[in-house]
Amino acid sequence: MTLAVIAGYLLLVLAIGAVSHRLFRGTGEDYFVATRTIGPFVLLMTLFGTHMTAFSLLGASGEAYGRGIGVFALMASSSALVVPAVFFFFGPRLWSLGKRFGYLTQVQFFRDRWGSDGVGLALFAVLVALLVPYLLIGVKGGGITLSQITDGAVPEWVGSLAMCLVVIAYVTAGGLRGTAWANTFQTLVFMGLGAITFAVILERSGGLGAVMARLAAERPELLVRGDLVRPLELLTYTAIPLSVGMFPHMFMHWLTARRAETFRLAIVAYPVCVAIVWLPSVTLGVIGAAQVPGLAGPAASTVLVRMIALHAPGILAGLLAAGVFAAVMSSLDSQVLALSTMFTQDIVRHYGLHDRMSDRLQVLSGRLFVVGIFAVTYLLSLVVDRSIFRLGVWSFSGFAALTPLAVAALFWRRSTRAGAYASVATVATLWTWYVFRAWNEPGYTLGGSGLMPVAVMLAASAAAMVAGSLLSAPPEPRRLARFFPGTTKSLEPLEPGA
Amino acid sequence: MKLRRRALYAALAALFLLHNDLPLWNDARLVLGLPVGLVYHLAFCAAAALVMAGLVAWAWPSRLDDDEGGRRR
Repeated sequence: MTLAVIAGYLLLVLAIGAVSHRLFRGTGEDYFVATRTIGPFVLLMTLFGTHMTAFSLLGASGEAYGRGIGVFALMASSSALVVPAVFFFFGPRLWSLGKRFGYLTQVQFFRDRWGSDGVGLALFAVLVALLVPYLLIGVKGGGITLSQITDGAVPEWVGSLAMCLVVIAYVTAGGLRGTAWANTFQTLVFMGLGAITFAVILERSGGLGAVMARLAAERPELLVRGDLVRPLELLTYTAIPLSVGMFPHMFMHWLTARRAETFRLAIVAYPVCVAIVWLPSVTLGVIGAAQVPGLAGPAASTVLVRMIALHAPGILAGLLAAGVFAAVMSSLDSQVLALSTMFTQDIVRHYGLHDRMSDRLQVLSGRLFVVGIFAVTYLLSLVVDRSIFRLGVWSFSGFAALTPLAVAALFWRRSTRAGAYASVATVATLWTWYVFRAWNEPGYTLGGSGLMPVAVMLAASAAAMVAGSLLSAPPEPRRLARFFPGTTKSLEPLEPGA
Repeated sequence: MKLRRRALYAALAALFLLHNDLPLWNDARLVLGLPVGLVYHLAFCAAAALVMAGLVAWAWPSRLDDDEGGRRR
Protein backbone atom coordinates (compact mmCIF):
# COMPACT_ATOMS: atom_id res chain seq x y z
CA MET A 1 0.00 0.00 0.00
CA THR A 2 2.83 2.38 0.87
CA LEU A 3 4.45 1.74 -2.49
CA ALA A 4 1.15 2.24 -4.32
CA VAL A 5 0.72 5.67 -2.72
CA ILE A 6 4.25 6.70 -3.69
CA ALA A 7 3.76 5.41 -7.24
CA GLY A 8 0.49 7.36 -7.45
CA TYR A 9 2.27 10.51 -6.33
CA LEU A 10 5.02 10.09 -8.92
CA LEU A 11 2.37 9.62 -11.64
CA LEU A 12 0.68 12.83 -10.51
CA VAL A 13 3.94 14.75 -10.87
CA LEU A 14 4.39 13.24 -14.33
CA ALA A 15 0.89 14.40 -15.25
CA ILE A 16 1.82 17.98 -14.28
CA GLY A 17 4.84 17.70 -16.56
CA ALA A 18 2.60 16.45 -19.37
CA VAL A 19 0.15 19.36 -18.97
CA SER A 20 2.97 21.92 -18.96
CA HIS A 21 4.36 20.25 -22.09
CA ARG A 22 1.12 21.09 -23.89
CA LEU A 23 1.72 24.77 -23.11
CA PHE A 24 5.39 24.66 -24.13
CA ARG A 25 6.02 27.25 -26.86
CA GLY A 26 8.92 25.40 -28.43
CA THR A 27 11.40 28.26 -27.99
CA GLY A 28 14.67 28.22 -26.09
CA GLU A 29 13.53 31.14 -23.93
CA ASP A 30 10.38 29.28 -22.95
CA TYR A 31 12.25 26.05 -22.16
CA PHE A 32 15.00 27.78 -20.17
CA VAL A 33 13.24 30.71 -18.41
CA ALA A 34 9.49 30.17 -19.04
CA THR A 35 9.48 33.34 -21.21
CA ARG A 36 9.83 35.36 -17.95
CA THR A 37 6.15 35.10 -17.04
CA ILE A 38 6.13 33.61 -13.53
CA GLY A 39 3.96 35.39 -10.95
CA PRO A 40 4.55 36.05 -7.20
CA PHE A 41 3.04 32.90 -5.69
CA VAL A 42 4.64 30.46 -8.12
CA LEU A 43 7.96 32.32 -7.73
CA LEU A 44 7.79 31.97 -3.94
CA MET A 45 6.94 28.28 -4.16
CA THR A 46 9.62 27.52 -6.76
CA LEU A 47 12.35 29.48 -4.97
CA PHE A 48 11.47 27.92 -1.63
CA GLY A 49 10.88 24.42 -3.01
CA THR A 50 14.11 24.57 -4.96
CA HIS A 51 16.08 25.66 -1.92
CA MET A 52 14.56 23.10 0.45
CA THR A 53 15.81 19.66 -0.45
CA ALA A 54 16.71 16.37 1.20
CA PHE A 55 19.12 18.56 3.19
CA SER A 56 16.22 20.28 4.95
CA LEU A 57 14.27 17.14 5.76
CA LEU A 58 16.55 14.10 5.93
CA GLY A 59 19.78 16.04 6.51
CA ALA A 60 18.39 18.40 9.17
CA SER A 61 16.65 15.65 11.12
CA GLY A 62 19.76 13.46 10.88
CA GLU A 63 21.99 16.26 12.17
CA ALA A 64 19.53 17.15 14.96
CA TYR A 65 19.53 13.46 15.93
CA GLY A 66 23.15 13.87 17.05
CA ARG A 67 23.43 17.58 17.84
CA GLY A 68 20.02 18.60 19.16
CA ILE A 69 17.96 21.74 18.74
CA GLY A 70 21.02 23.85 17.90
CA VAL A 71 20.69 22.68 14.29
CA PHE A 72 17.66 24.97 13.88
CA ALA A 73 19.79 28.01 14.75
CA LEU A 74 22.71 26.82 12.62
CA MET A 75 20.79 26.54 9.36
CA ALA A 76 17.11 27.49 9.68
CA SER A 77 16.98 30.83 11.47
CA SER A 78 20.23 31.93 9.81
CA SER A 79 18.61 31.15 6.44
CA ALA A 80 15.48 33.02 7.52
CA LEU A 81 17.58 36.17 7.77
CA VAL A 82 20.23 35.74 5.08
CA VAL A 83 18.28 34.14 2.21
CA PRO A 84 15.51 36.76 1.88
CA ALA A 85 18.12 39.49 2.32
CA VAL A 86 20.01 38.00 -0.63
CA PHE A 87 16.75 37.85 -2.61
CA PHE A 88 16.18 41.52 -1.77
CA PHE A 89 19.61 42.81 -2.73
CA PHE A 90 20.40 40.49 -5.67
CA GLY A 91 17.15 39.09 -7.10
CA PRO A 92 15.34 42.08 -8.63
CA ARG A 93 18.59 43.65 -9.83
CA LEU A 94 19.75 40.48 -11.60
CA TRP A 95 16.27 39.94 -12.99
CA SER A 96 16.28 43.46 -14.40
CA LEU A 97 19.67 42.99 -16.07
CA GLY A 98 18.61 39.55 -17.33
CA LYS A 99 15.50 40.92 -18.93
CA ARG A 100 17.28 43.91 -20.45
CA PHE A 101 20.15 41.93 -21.95
CA GLY A 102 18.42 38.58 -22.51
CA TYR A 103 20.50 36.47 -20.14
CA LEU A 104 19.49 32.86 -19.67
CA THR A 105 22.31 31.85 -17.31
CA GLN A 106 24.44 33.16 -14.48
CA VAL A 107 27.61 32.63 -16.53
CA GLN A 108 26.29 34.89 -19.31
CA PHE A 109 25.83 37.69 -16.79
CA PHE A 110 29.25 37.44 -15.21
CA ARG A 111 30.96 36.99 -18.60
CA ASP A 112 29.27 40.10 -19.91
CA ARG A 113 29.74 42.12 -16.73
CA TRP A 114 33.52 41.81 -16.87
CA GLY A 115 33.85 41.26 -20.62
CA SER A 116 35.71 38.01 -20.25
CA ASP A 117 35.08 34.57 -21.72
CA GLY A 118 37.72 33.20 -19.36
CA VAL A 119 35.84 34.34 -16.25
CA GLY A 120 32.70 32.68 -17.63
CA LEU A 121 34.49 29.43 -18.35
CA ALA A 122 36.24 29.30 -14.96
CA LEU A 123 32.97 30.02 -13.22
CA PHE A 124 31.15 27.34 -15.24
CA ALA A 125 33.67 24.71 -14.15
CA VAL A 126 33.51 25.73 -10.49
CA LEU A 127 29.71 25.92 -10.42
CA VAL A 128 29.34 22.46 -11.96
CA ALA A 129 31.87 20.98 -9.51
CA LEU A 130 30.04 22.51 -6.54
CA LEU A 131 26.63 21.45 -7.78
CA VAL A 132 27.49 17.76 -7.99
CA PRO A 133 27.47 17.18 -4.18
CA TYR A 134 24.20 19.10 -4.05
CA LEU A 135 22.70 16.81 -6.70
CA LEU A 136 23.96 13.80 -4.79
CA ILE A 137 21.97 14.91 -1.74
CA GLY A 138 18.76 14.61 -3.74
CA VAL A 139 19.53 11.35 -5.50
CA LYS A 140 20.68 9.67 -2.29
CA GLY A 141 17.72 11.11 -0.39
CA GLY A 142 15.24 9.50 -2.78
CA GLY A 143 16.92 6.12 -2.44
CA ILE A 144 17.09 6.30 1.35
CA THR A 145 13.43 7.27 1.61
CA LEU A 146 12.08 4.45 -0.54
CA SER A 147 14.36 1.85 1.02
CA GLN A 148 13.54 2.80 4.62
CA ILE A 149 9.82 3.24 4.10
CA THR A 150 9.57 -0.25 2.60
CA ASP A 151 11.77 -1.73 5.32
CA GLY A 152 14.50 -2.54 2.81
CA ALA A 153 12.20 -4.33 0.34
CA VAL A 154 13.12 -1.73 -2.28
CA PRO A 155 16.91 -1.21 -2.41
CA GLU A 156 18.28 2.33 -2.29
CA TRP A 157 19.50 2.16 -5.88
CA VAL A 158 15.99 1.43 -7.13
CA GLY A 159 14.54 4.42 -5.26
CA SER A 160 17.25 6.73 -6.60
CA LEU A 161 16.76 5.44 -10.12
CA ALA A 162 12.96 5.79 -10.03
CA MET A 163 13.22 9.37 -8.85
CA CYS A 164 15.83 10.28 -11.47
CA LEU A 165 13.62 8.87 -14.24
CA VAL A 166 10.54 10.81 -13.10
CA VAL A 167 12.47 14.09 -12.85
CA ILE A 168 14.08 13.51 -16.26
CA ALA A 169 10.61 12.96 -17.75
CA TYR A 170 8.96 16.14 -16.52
CA VAL A 171 12.00 18.41 -16.86
CA THR A 172 12.65 17.42 -20.47
CA ALA A 173 8.94 17.64 -21.29
CA GLY A 174 8.09 21.03 -19.86
CA GLY A 175 11.40 22.84 -19.34
CA LEU A 176 11.34 25.56 -16.72
CA ARG A 177 7.57 26.10 -16.91
CA GLY A 178 6.96 22.41 -16.13
CA THR A 179 9.60 22.57 -13.41
CA ALA A 180 8.01 25.67 -11.84
CA TRP A 181 4.54 24.10 -11.83
CA ALA A 182 5.80 20.79 -10.47
CA ASN A 183 7.81 22.70 -7.85
CA THR A 184 4.79 24.69 -6.73
CA PHE A 185 2.72 21.54 -6.35
CA GLN A 186 5.52 19.68 -4.61
CA THR A 187 6.34 22.54 -2.25
CA LEU A 188 2.72 22.69 -1.12
CA VAL A 189 2.79 18.89 -0.71
CA PHE A 190 5.92 18.74 1.42
CA MET A 191 4.96 21.72 3.57
CA GLY A 192 1.50 20.27 4.19
CA LEU A 193 2.63 16.70 4.71
CA GLY A 194 5.53 17.86 6.89
CA ALA A 195 3.06 19.51 9.27
CA ILE A 196 0.86 16.38 9.23
CA THR A 197 3.90 14.16 9.91
CA PHE A 198 4.83 16.32 12.88
CA ALA A 199 1.31 16.25 14.32
CA VAL A 200 0.81 12.50 13.79
CA ILE A 201 4.16 11.47 15.31
CA LEU A 202 3.72 13.79 18.29
CA GLU A 203 0.18 12.51 18.87
CA ARG A 204 1.25 8.86 18.66
CA SER A 205 4.19 9.55 20.98
CA GLY A 206 1.86 10.81 23.71
CA GLY A 207 1.95 14.54 22.92
CA LEU A 208 4.61 17.24 23.05
CA GLY A 209 4.75 17.29 26.85
CA ALA A 210 5.41 13.55 27.15
CA VAL A 211 8.01 13.64 24.37
CA MET A 212 9.93 16.53 25.94
CA ALA A 213 9.78 14.92 29.39
CA ARG A 214 11.29 11.72 27.99
CA LEU A 215 14.00 13.68 26.19
CA ALA A 216 14.79 15.69 29.33
CA ALA A 217 15.25 12.43 31.20
CA GLU A 218 17.14 10.43 28.56
CA ARG A 219 18.93 12.97 26.30
CA PRO A 220 18.89 16.38 28.06
CA GLU A 221 21.97 17.53 26.14
CA LEU A 222 19.90 17.66 22.92
CA LEU A 223 17.54 20.33 24.33
CA VAL A 224 20.31 22.93 24.69
CA ARG A 225 23.32 23.91 22.60
CA GLY A 226 25.83 23.03 25.33
CA ASP A 227 28.98 21.56 23.85
CA LEU A 228 27.22 20.19 20.76
CA VAL A 229 27.33 23.58 19.01
CA ARG A 230 30.02 26.15 19.65
CA PRO A 231 29.32 29.92 19.66
CA LEU A 232 31.90 30.59 16.93
CA GLU A 233 30.32 27.86 14.85
CA LEU A 234 26.89 29.51 15.12
CA LEU A 235 28.38 32.87 14.17
CA THR A 236 30.21 31.58 11.11
CA TYR A 237 27.43 29.23 9.97
CA THR A 238 25.50 32.41 9.14
CA ALA A 239 27.73 32.76 6.07
CA ILE A 240 26.57 29.45 4.57
CA PRO A 241 23.08 30.59 3.45
CA LEU A 242 24.79 33.29 1.35
CA SER A 243 25.19 30.39 -1.07
CA VAL A 244 21.68 31.08 -2.34
CA GLY A 245 23.07 34.14 -4.13
CA MET A 246 25.33 31.99 -6.31
CA PHE A 247 23.22 28.88 -6.92
CA PRO A 248 22.76 28.57 -10.71
CA HIS A 249 19.24 27.18 -10.22
CA MET A 250 18.22 30.13 -8.04
CA PHE A 251 19.59 32.57 -10.59
CA MET A 252 17.60 30.77 -13.29
CA HIS A 253 14.39 31.04 -11.27
CA TRP A 254 15.01 34.72 -10.58
CA LEU A 255 15.09 35.31 -14.33
CA THR A 256 11.59 33.82 -14.73
CA ALA A 257 9.85 36.56 -12.72
CA ARG A 258 7.24 38.60 -14.56
CA ARG A 259 8.50 41.89 -13.10
CA ALA A 260 10.77 43.19 -10.34
CA GLU A 261 7.98 43.51 -7.78
CA THR A 262 7.16 39.81 -8.26
CA PHE A 263 9.96 39.18 -5.74
CA ARG A 264 8.22 40.98 -2.88
CA LEU A 265 6.11 38.05 -1.69
CA ALA A 266 9.07 35.64 -1.74
CA ILE A 267 11.19 38.06 0.32
CA VAL A 268 8.58 38.57 3.03
CA ALA A 269 7.21 35.01 3.25
CA TYR A 270 10.52 33.16 3.10
CA PRO A 271 11.39 33.30 6.86
CA VAL A 272 7.96 31.94 7.77
CA CYS A 273 8.22 29.11 5.23
CA VAL A 274 11.64 28.17 6.60
CA ALA A 275 10.25 27.88 10.12
CA ILE A 276 7.31 25.77 8.90
CA VAL A 277 9.62 23.20 7.28
CA TRP A 278 12.57 23.15 9.70
CA LEU A 279 10.68 23.05 13.00
CA PRO A 280 9.24 19.55 12.30
CA SER A 281 12.52 18.32 10.79
CA VAL A 282 14.71 19.35 13.72
CA THR A 283 12.21 18.44 16.43
CA LEU A 284 11.52 14.99 14.95
CA GLY A 285 15.27 14.37 14.62
CA VAL A 286 15.73 15.17 18.32
CA ILE A 287 12.76 13.02 19.32
CA GLY A 288 14.17 10.22 17.15
CA ALA A 289 17.30 10.18 19.29
CA ALA A 290 15.20 8.82 22.13
CA GLN A 291 12.85 6.64 20.08
CA VAL A 292 15.23 5.16 17.47
CA PRO A 293 18.62 5.13 19.22
CA GLY A 294 21.83 3.73 17.80
CA LEU A 295 22.01 5.36 14.34
CA ALA A 296 25.60 6.37 13.60
CA GLY A 297 27.25 8.37 10.81
CA PRO A 298 25.35 8.65 7.51
CA ALA A 299 22.65 6.29 8.88
CA ALA A 300 21.38 9.18 11.02
CA SER A 301 19.97 10.71 7.79
CA THR A 302 17.36 7.94 7.85
CA VAL A 303 15.88 8.91 11.23
CA LEU A 304 12.93 10.89 9.81
CA VAL A 305 11.85 8.07 7.51
CA ARG A 306 12.30 5.53 10.34
CA MET A 307 10.07 7.68 12.55
CA ILE A 308 7.42 7.79 9.83
CA ALA A 309 7.57 4.01 9.38
CA LEU A 310 7.42 3.51 13.15
CA HIS A 311 4.44 5.72 13.86
CA ALA A 312 2.48 5.86 10.63
CA PRO A 313 2.63 2.65 8.62
CA GLY A 314 0.47 2.01 5.56
CA ILE A 315 -1.21 4.72 3.49
CA LEU A 316 -0.08 7.52 5.78
CA ALA A 317 3.53 6.36 5.49
CA GLY A 318 3.17 6.44 1.72
CA LEU A 319 1.81 9.99 1.83
CA LEU A 320 4.49 11.18 4.20
CA ALA A 321 7.22 9.54 2.15
CA ALA A 322 5.72 11.25 -0.90
CA GLY A 323 6.28 14.52 0.99
CA VAL A 324 9.99 13.68 1.31
CA PHE A 325 10.09 12.79 -2.39
CA ALA A 326 8.40 16.10 -3.18
CA ALA A 327 11.08 18.06 -1.33
CA VAL A 328 13.86 16.13 -3.02
CA MET A 329 12.49 16.30 -6.56
CA SER A 330 11.54 19.99 -6.35
CA SER A 331 15.23 20.80 -5.97
CA LEU A 332 16.71 18.17 -8.20
CA ASP A 333 14.69 19.28 -11.21
CA SER A 334 15.83 22.91 -11.03
CA GLN A 335 19.45 22.02 -10.39
CA VAL A 336 19.62 19.72 -13.38
CA LEU A 337 17.77 22.14 -15.63
CA ALA A 338 20.14 24.93 -14.58
CA LEU A 339 23.13 22.75 -15.41
CA SER A 340 21.73 21.80 -18.79
CA THR A 341 20.92 25.44 -19.56
CA MET A 342 24.48 26.47 -18.73
CA PHE A 343 25.91 23.64 -20.80
CA THR A 344 23.74 24.52 -23.81
CA GLN A 345 24.11 28.30 -23.64
CA ASP A 346 27.58 28.75 -22.18
CA ILE A 347 29.47 25.91 -23.80
CA VAL A 348 27.73 24.44 -26.86
CA ARG A 349 26.19 27.66 -28.12
CA HIS A 350 28.84 30.13 -26.99
CA TYR A 351 31.87 28.19 -28.16
CA GLY A 352 30.48 26.03 -30.95
CA LEU A 353 27.34 26.83 -32.77
CA HIS A 354 26.64 30.51 -31.95
CA ASP A 355 23.67 31.82 -33.92
CA ARG A 356 23.50 28.69 -36.06
CA MET A 357 21.85 26.88 -33.17
CA SER A 358 18.11 26.82 -33.69
CA ASP A 359 15.64 26.86 -30.79
CA ARG A 360 14.90 23.20 -31.47
CA LEU A 361 18.58 22.27 -31.30
CA GLN A 362 19.04 24.27 -28.07
CA VAL A 363 16.16 22.43 -26.43
CA LEU A 364 17.47 19.07 -27.66
CA SER A 365 20.94 19.83 -26.32
CA GLY A 366 19.46 20.85 -22.98
CA ARG A 367 17.43 17.64 -22.77
CA LEU A 368 20.41 15.42 -23.61
CA PHE A 369 22.50 17.12 -20.95
CA VAL A 370 19.76 16.56 -18.36
CA VAL A 371 19.92 12.82 -19.08
CA GLY A 372 23.74 12.83 -19.03
CA ILE A 373 24.13 14.69 -15.74
CA PHE A 374 21.56 12.43 -14.08
CA ALA A 375 23.46 9.35 -15.26
CA VAL A 376 26.71 10.65 -13.75
CA THR A 377 25.08 11.72 -10.48
CA TYR A 378 23.22 8.44 -10.15
CA LEU A 379 26.44 6.44 -10.57
CA LEU A 380 28.19 8.64 -8.01
CA SER A 381 25.34 8.13 -5.54
CA LEU A 382 26.08 4.40 -5.59
CA VAL A 383 29.62 4.89 -4.31
CA VAL A 384 29.62 8.06 -2.18
CA ASP A 385 28.78 7.31 1.43
CA ARG A 386 28.56 10.59 3.36
CA SER A 387 25.93 12.21 5.57
CA ILE A 388 23.43 14.28 3.58
CA PHE A 389 23.95 17.21 5.93
CA ARG A 390 27.74 17.15 5.49
CA LEU A 391 27.54 16.91 1.71
CA GLY A 392 25.18 19.87 1.73
CA VAL A 393 27.34 22.00 3.98
CA TRP A 394 30.40 21.48 1.76
CA SER A 395 28.48 22.33 -1.40
CA PHE A 396 26.86 25.42 0.16
CA SER A 397 30.17 26.62 1.60
CA GLY A 398 31.71 26.73 -1.87
CA PHE A 399 28.79 28.64 -3.35
CA ALA A 400 28.73 31.05 -0.38
CA ALA A 401 32.42 31.79 -0.85
CA LEU A 402 31.66 32.95 -4.42
CA THR A 403 29.27 35.65 -3.12
CA PRO A 404 31.84 38.47 -3.48
CA LEU A 405 31.51 37.97 -7.26
CA ALA A 406 27.80 38.82 -7.19
CA VAL A 407 28.30 41.72 -4.78
CA ALA A 408 31.11 43.19 -6.87
CA ALA A 409 29.27 42.67 -10.15
CA LEU A 410 26.15 44.45 -8.92
CA PHE A 411 27.46 47.12 -6.59
CA TRP A 412 31.17 47.81 -7.21
CA ARG A 413 31.96 49.73 -10.36
CA ARG A 414 35.71 49.43 -9.88
CA SER A 415 35.65 45.61 -9.91
CA THR A 416 37.49 44.03 -12.84
CA ARG A 417 37.93 40.71 -14.56
CA ALA A 418 41.29 40.27 -12.78
CA GLY A 419 39.48 40.54 -9.47
CA ALA A 420 36.89 38.01 -10.66
CA TYR A 421 39.60 35.56 -11.75
CA ALA A 422 41.38 35.95 -8.42
CA SER A 423 38.18 35.37 -6.48
CA VAL A 424 37.15 32.25 -8.42
CA ALA A 425 40.67 30.79 -8.26
CA THR A 426 40.86 31.43 -4.50
CA VAL A 427 37.55 29.68 -3.87
CA ALA A 428 38.45 26.70 -6.08
CA THR A 429 41.81 26.26 -4.35
CA LEU A 430 40.61 26.66 -0.77
CA TRP A 431 37.47 24.56 -1.26
CA THR A 432 39.45 21.68 -2.75
CA TRP A 433 42.01 21.88 0.04
CA TYR A 434 39.41 21.94 2.81
CA VAL A 435 37.33 19.11 1.33
CA PHE A 436 40.37 16.81 1.10
CA ARG A 437 41.53 17.93 4.53
CA ALA A 438 38.18 17.28 6.24
CA TRP A 439 36.57 14.52 4.15
CA ASN A 440 37.02 11.92 6.89
CA GLU A 441 36.46 14.31 9.77
CA PRO A 442 32.73 14.95 10.39
CA GLY A 443 32.09 18.31 12.05
CA TYR A 444 35.45 19.74 10.97
CA THR A 445 36.13 23.31 12.05
CA LEU A 446 39.42 25.17 11.94
CA GLY A 447 41.62 23.88 14.71
CA GLY A 448 38.50 22.58 16.45
CA SER A 449 37.64 26.19 17.33
CA GLY A 450 34.16 26.24 15.82
CA LEU A 451 35.29 28.51 12.98
CA MET A 452 33.72 27.13 9.80
CA PRO A 453 35.89 26.95 6.65
CA VAL A 454 33.25 28.98 4.82
CA ALA A 455 34.23 32.07 6.83
CA VAL A 456 37.86 31.78 5.74
CA MET A 457 36.94 31.08 2.12
CA LEU A 458 34.52 34.01 2.03
CA ALA A 459 37.05 36.44 3.50
CA ALA A 460 39.81 35.23 1.16
CA SER A 461 37.51 35.41 -1.87
CA ALA A 462 36.49 38.98 -1.01
CA ALA A 463 40.11 39.99 -0.42
CA ALA A 464 41.13 38.45 -3.75
CA MET A 465 38.36 40.33 -5.55
CA VAL A 466 39.41 43.67 -4.02
CA ALA A 467 43.15 43.13 -4.52
CA GLY A 468 42.80 41.80 -8.06
CA SER A 469 40.55 44.69 -9.05
CA LEU A 470 42.63 47.46 -7.53
CA LEU A 471 45.86 46.08 -8.99
CA SER A 472 44.43 45.97 -12.53
CA ALA A 473 43.32 48.70 -14.92
CA PRO A 474 39.89 50.22 -14.22
CA PRO A 475 36.99 48.87 -16.32
CA GLU A 476 36.13 50.68 -19.53
CA PRO A 477 33.40 53.35 -19.22
CA ARG A 478 31.24 51.81 -21.97
CA ARG A 479 30.92 48.58 -20.02
CA LEU A 480 30.11 50.43 -16.81
CA ALA A 481 27.40 52.38 -18.61
CA ARG A 482 25.80 49.11 -19.57
CA PHE A 483 25.53 47.90 -15.99
CA PHE A 484 25.27 51.16 -14.07
CA PRO A 485 22.93 53.30 -16.17
CA GLY A 486 23.20 57.01 -15.49
CA THR A 487 26.91 56.99 -14.77
CA THR A 488 27.97 57.25 -18.44
CA LYS A 489 26.34 57.72 -21.81
CA SER A 490 26.03 54.60 -23.87
CA LEU A 491 23.91 51.48 -23.48
CA GLU A 492 24.99 50.05 -26.80
CA PRO A 493 25.57 46.28 -26.69
CA LEU A 494 29.15 45.16 -26.36
CA GLU A 495 30.61 42.02 -27.80
CA PRO A 496 31.28 39.51 -25.03
CA GLY A 497 34.97 39.50 -24.41
CA ALA A 498 35.37 43.04 -25.71
CA MET B 1 12.58 57.62 3.13
CA LYS B 2 16.37 57.60 3.35
CA LEU B 3 16.14 57.47 7.15
CA ARG B 4 13.72 54.53 7.04
CA ARG B 5 16.02 52.68 4.66
CA ARG B 6 18.99 53.21 6.95
CA ALA B 7 16.94 52.12 9.95
CA LEU B 8 15.98 48.91 8.12
CA TYR B 9 19.58 48.18 7.16
CA ALA B 10 20.50 48.75 10.81
CA ALA B 11 17.72 46.32 11.80
CA LEU B 12 19.28 43.70 9.50
CA ALA B 13 22.62 44.17 11.24
CA ALA B 14 20.94 44.00 14.64
CA LEU B 15 19.24 40.72 13.68
CA PHE B 16 22.60 39.32 12.63
CA LEU B 17 23.92 40.05 16.14
CA LEU B 18 20.76 38.84 17.88
CA HIS B 19 21.06 35.51 16.08
CA ASN B 20 23.87 34.68 18.50
CA ASP B 21 21.72 34.03 21.59
CA LEU B 22 24.53 33.25 24.02
CA PRO B 23 22.45 33.83 27.21
CA LEU B 24 20.15 30.93 26.23
CA TRP B 25 22.97 28.55 25.31
CA ASN B 26 22.54 26.19 28.27
CA ASP B 27 19.01 27.14 29.24
CA ALA B 28 16.87 23.96 29.32
CA ARG B 29 13.55 25.64 30.23
CA LEU B 30 10.51 24.76 28.15
CA VAL B 31 8.37 27.56 26.72
CA LEU B 32 5.12 26.64 24.97
CA GLY B 33 6.22 23.03 25.31
CA LEU B 34 9.47 23.54 23.38
CA PRO B 35 13.05 24.27 24.53
CA VAL B 36 13.51 28.00 25.01
CA GLY B 37 16.49 28.04 22.61
CA LEU B 38 14.24 26.72 19.85
CA VAL B 39 11.39 29.11 20.65
CA TYR B 40 13.83 32.03 20.52
CA HIS B 41 14.90 31.11 17.00
CA LEU B 42 11.28 30.63 15.90
CA ALA B 43 10.59 34.16 17.14
CA PHE B 44 13.73 35.25 15.30
CA CYS B 45 12.21 33.94 12.04
CA ALA B 46 9.08 36.02 12.69
CA ALA B 47 11.21 39.10 13.37
CA ALA B 48 13.13 38.51 10.14
CA ALA B 49 9.82 38.38 8.22
CA LEU B 50 8.81 41.73 9.73
CA VAL B 51 12.10 43.38 8.75
CA MET B 52 11.76 41.95 5.23
CA ALA B 53 8.24 43.39 5.03
CA GLY B 54 9.71 46.76 5.99
CA LEU B 55 12.43 46.46 3.36
CA VAL B 56 10.03 45.73 0.50
CA ALA B 57 7.70 48.52 1.68
CA TRP B 58 10.20 51.30 2.32
CA ALA B 59 13.53 50.37 0.78
CA TRP B 60 12.45 48.77 -2.48
CA PRO B 61 14.64 49.66 -5.49
CA SER B 62 11.69 51.23 -7.32
CA ARG B 63 13.95 52.22 -10.21
CA LEU B 64 13.81 48.58 -11.28
CA ASP B 65 10.01 48.73 -11.54
CA ASP B 66 10.36 51.99 -13.47
CA ASP B 67 12.71 50.20 -15.89
CA GLU B 68 9.70 48.12 -16.83
CA GLY B 69 7.90 51.19 -18.14
CA GLY B 70 6.16 51.86 -14.84
CA ARG B 71 3.64 49.09 -15.27
CA ARG B 72 1.24 48.68 -12.35
CA ARG B 73 2.72 51.68 -10.62
